[in-house]
Amino acid sequence: MAAAGRSHATRWGVVNVVVVLYALFPVWWIVALSFKTPSTLTDGSYIPTDWTWENYKGIFQTSEFTRALINSIGIALIATVIAVILGTMAAYAVARLRFPGKQLLIGMSLLIAMFPPISLVSPLFNIERSIGIFDTWPGLIIPYMTFSLPLAIYTLSAFFREIPWDLEKAAKVDGATPAQAFRLVIVPLAAPGVFTTAILVFIFCWNDFLFAISLTSTESARTVPAAIAFFTGSSQFQQPTGSIAAAAVVITVPIIIFVLLFQRRIVAGLTSGAVKG
Amino acid sequence: MAEIVLEGVTKRYPDGSLAVRDVDLEIADGEFVILVGPSGCGKSTTLNMIAGLEDITEGTLRIGGQVVNDLAPKERDVAMVFQSYALYPHMSVRENMGFPLRLAKVDKATIDRKVEEAARVLDLVEFLDRKPANLSGGQRQRVAMGRAIVRDPKAFLMDEPLSNLDAKLRVQMRTQISRIQRRLGTTTVYVTHDQTEAMTLGDRVVVMRQGLVQQVGTPAELYDMPRNLFVAGFIGSPAMNFVQASLTPDTLRTPLGDLPLDDRMRRELERRDAPREVIVGLRPEAFEDASLARDTGGPAVTVTVDVLESLGSDAYVHFSAEGGPVSTAELEELASDSGLADTGAGGNQQIVARLDAATRAREGQPIELRVDLGKAHVFDPSNGTNLTHPES
Repeated sequence: MAAAGRSHATRWGVVNVVVVLYALFPVWWIVALSFKTPSTLTDGSYIPTDWTWENYKGIFQTSEFTRALINSIGIALIATVIAVILGTMAAYAVARLRFPGKQLLIGMSLLIAMFPPISLVSPLFNIERSIGIFDTWPGLIIPYMTFSLPLAIYTLSAFFREIPWDLEKAAKVDGATPAQAFRLVIVPLAAPGVFTTAILVFIFCWNDFLFAISLTSTESARTVPAAIAFFTGSSQFQQPTGSIAAAAVVITVPIIIFVLLFQRRIVAGLTSGAVKG
Repeated sequence: MAEIVLEGVTKRYPDGSLAVRDVDLEIADGEFVILVGPSGCGKSTTLNMIAGLEDITEGTLRIGGQVVNDLAPKERDVAMVFQSYALYPHMSVRENMGFPLRLAKVDKATIDRKVEEAARVLDLVEFLDRKPANLSGGQRQRVAMGRAIVRDPKAFLMDEPLSNLDAKLRVQMRTQISRIQRRLGTTTVYVTHDQTEAMTLGDRVVVMRQGLVQQVGTPAELYDMPRNLFVAGFIGSPAMNFVQASLTPDTLRTPLGDLPLDDRMRRELERRDAPREVIVGLRPEAFEDASLARDTGGPAVTVTVDVLESLGSDAYVHFSAEGGPVSTAELEELASDSGLADTGAGGNQQIVARLDAATRAREGQPIELRVDLGKAHVFDPSNGTNLTHPES
């Protein structure tokens, strides 16, 4: 029995290691590249022989990257906040109220999520140019919000559904206006859901490349994933590989920190929604 | 403190179904009224309409003389206790109980004072800083009560507040609710499906069925003078026994034997022009062991004991009467509500008699029982009306 248990554990251990290596190998590859000097860049070794911070120093010296980083943070945060606020209210309505056209609304929001974004890029490009928000923050915030709202509505309405309706009735009888009942009773209970949703939406906005590259033309609104594509070497004979790798590491770090910090929250949020009265 | 008056209150859902039909009810200031009935009878809907959680389709609702049909729950100044307790899980007991006061913008010191006071009454002082998740069922129930009483509302509305508790606790809390209500003298409307709760708690009991009020009265009135078959079968435990009977000018021919009509019954039956086929209802205590009977009046029947349940204070004797079980829409509804329909008690009509504990009844042995006709009721099988009810 013990032997069987041990071999069972070993098997799982091997599988786990393989999966983790498989998942982390590209990440390590990028990290290794970011620490290599230009001369050793193509040596094919997995561990830099000649460690250097040059690539990191380099990207922070130009406004190309720093400006993009500010854009990324600003746009992703604003889009997340708006999407979560709108999503919370919409999800509450979807979960709680009966109104004509509810099924249509749910269907429509699902439809948005189903459209391949690439098919919408050209029309969006034209629309944004004609109304003058092309290459501006709102020009990216609006599409991000649009595409993350279905996700937000779906996640949050699942949370709202788990909150017993009696709590709202109780709040109403206790003298709360519908807005107070929502703010003082429902939202605090749905907080894990709101959190989870916010993180998912933020990651979506942060990582997007397609809209960022298509709907911007200058540094004024270009986010990091798009800006990386415009990196050039310090001379025309030099490949920007090292800077790209360093930039990629820099924008991955916040996400990793985010997820590590709120891992427990996310998991608790996804699994329990623990609101048992 | 206020009286609650319902006039022709009706609830119709958008799909056309009627949940509550034309309910007229006057609840006096300080009265404890119970709405009771099987599930789906409209009792909770009625309560929700009083609370303002459901719209009133037709009719008027007055609380303290003011028509409140279109007022939001917060403007009605009523407090409600829910079956699920509906405590706010993210707030401590103190915050839960103080929540209505906080919404009413009462100052902090007053809130604290009132919450502590209520906590003392409900024996919750040591739990004030706990979250509901760390409380037992009975404690949660008390917090829910506390949240209702801190406000000093015009009325308490309680929606099956005890049905999530285990049997022993339920009995204790029942007494406590009764005591608190008497002390505060607040008008209370209490919904339950448990007729024992209804009988023990209420000043008056409203029996409902399919959205219609069947009878309103004190527990004793409902028990002794049910207006119809439904009320008769619903109130009382063990339930009233029903047997088929044919009516002749001066006897009731039942499978148990012939029961002569007494003057009271004859008069009422004649007045109402009773049909030939009727249903006779006898409470378990309408039977008496003939060998122990104090007076010798009244007809006697001889039956064979199927099961004898001795409780020490009483003995329940089960026996069957020949002929199929009595079946009407009302009784079937009662049976399905209590789950009796699933026990497979088909075949002959089962009868329960409550006898003195000194009875010498033995299982499988015949016994002579005396029937107290003063406690017998005769019902019209077509509409369930009690033909021997003195007023209806």
